[in-house]
Amino acid sequence: MTTPKIEFRDVGLRYFTPKGETQALADISFTVAQGEFVSIVGQSGCGKSTLLSLLAGLIRPTDGEVLIDGVPVTGPSPQVGFMLQQDSLFEWRTIAENCVLGPEIRGDDRFEARVRAEGLLKRYGLGDFLDSKPSELSGGMRQRAALARTMCLRPDVLLLDEPFSALDFQTRLSIADEIGGIIRNEGKTAILVTHDIPEAIAMADRVIVLSRRPGRIKSIHPIAFPSHGDRRPGSFAARDAVEFPSYFKTVWEELEVHVE
Amino acid sequence: MSSDTSIAAAPAASAAPARTERAVVPHSRQYHAWLAARRREKLQIVAAQIGLVVAFLVVWEVAPRMHWVNPMLTSYPSAIWQAFVQMVRGGELGNHIVVTLVEVVVSFLLAMVLGTAVAILLWMSPRLERVLDPFLVVLNALPKIALVPIFYIWLGAEGSIYAVAVAVALFITILMLYTGFRQSDPNKIKLARTFGATRRQILAKVVLPSNVHTFIATLKANAGLSLVGVIVGEFQASKAGLGYLIVYGSQIFRMDMVMAAIVILGLMSLAIYALIQWAEFRITRPAKRGG
Repeated sequence: MTTPKIEFRDVGLRYFTPKGETQALADISFTVAQGEFVSIVGQSGCGKSTLLSLLAGLIRPTDGEVLIDGVPVTGPSPQVGFMLQQDSLFEWRTIAENCVLGPEIRGDDRFEARVRAEGLLKRYGLGDFLDSKPSELSGGMRQRAALARTMCLRPDVLLLDEPFSALDFQTRLSIADEIGGIIRNEGKTAILVTHDIPEAIAMADRVIVLSRRPGRIKSIHPIAFPSHGDRRPGSFAARDAVEFPSYFKTVWEELEVHVE
Repeated sequence: MSSDTSIAAAPAASAAPARTERAVVPHSRQYHAWLAARRREKLQIVAAQIGLVVAFLVVWEVAPRMHWVNPMLTSYPSAIWQAFVQMVRGGELGNHIVVTLVEVVVSFLLAMVLGTAVAILLWMSPRLERVLDPFLVVLNALPKIALVPIFYIWLGAEGSIYAVAVAVALFITILMLYTGFRQSDPNKIKLARTFGATRRQILAKVVLPSNVHTFIATLKANAGLSLVGVIVGEFQASKAGLGYLIVYGSQIFRMDMVMAAIVILGLMSLAIYALIQWAEFRITRPAKRGG
């Protein structure tokens, strides 16, 4: 058997405060194959964002191991790209300058990075905005610029932490479709964290449902759309597929959303 | 200047289209009337301001001359002007101004450089910050002017002036800058960390550039504070400077001299403030391109 791209091996995380210990995550074990797109859903506070921070090497697990390509994660690596909820573009830099932030911090060749950034921005439809400031861009454009900034380090694993939730509904649907397409075309492995069930289903090959705190894996749902043949539909088309409502119903029930 | 909203409220019908962006409509009669009313109000405000100054000067001139008040205590504008001209002719005034100005600029720069260095150090080492925090709070709250006699004994006349001015401005610089650093956008810092940024890189790429406005606010606060420090230092002991002129003038009961020095001080602080305002405009303008 080949090494999975990403592997969580009995991962647990506890937070320590003067008041005591909090178990945030417990017994997390799953693997993600190369090129696979996995969504993680769960209610707020269930530790789903923490999973991504573990993968990005921002925090260490208190129990178990997180592996990428079979190697334990010990710190941030250029191999892993992180897209956050806020685009966090630096308002004092131009779009192109924002885009080369990663290579700049990594100490890569500046000229090469600049060429790569411009190529990415042009491909994402921002060719006319290289020297614009972030304030001149719309929300959707800013999120595409943020994707270009993430891609500029050429990661092969992408972590998406609710990257569309700050956008208005219409922009959100089309940007999710667009970015989902880009990630699939480039064959990246991706993990999306969201509380939006339709988004999770529409974008992913598998949906992982986390339980309430401490976050445990409650169930894993493979998502397939046979009605669209062999090719997986884009996230926009997936929402119209005949299989979609039943996936939604299953995940919804799994989440046991109580109105409190 | 800021009266836009208050006037706009009255003829609401014509003001509304001007607020919604890009809704260009042919200018109506009411809109012209509104513009005219706005211009009139602006003019009235400026006129009132000038009138206030003129009235103040007239009363100040007339009251002592008519012996409603003792001219020995208040002096009057024409006498102040004469004292000013006389001191300029004697060449001493220029000297006093230069002495004070040099002291202010030097201590201002010292406080800025030292304060920035300490704020950076505190941000770089949270543990150091936790150790020093209570001391900084006490030193900031302590009235630095109480230290003047000590500085005088330790450093002499010249040195104590700089010491007071730096002491007055330094701690507020540290606290303002450090607070600004602490309030840097956590999302931007997290982003930099996902790229593997070290603390030093986070400082250089996120914290410092996002705190330009904090820096300018600190500059403004410091300009005033170093001036206060210098004048207090000059009060204690000095051979020249505007603070010296004020003390000397009051001792020989030359109120015209005292008042002239105070007016010049006012103009000096205005000039320093305008200079910083200009610098702020130059620094932030490119960033605000396109709003």
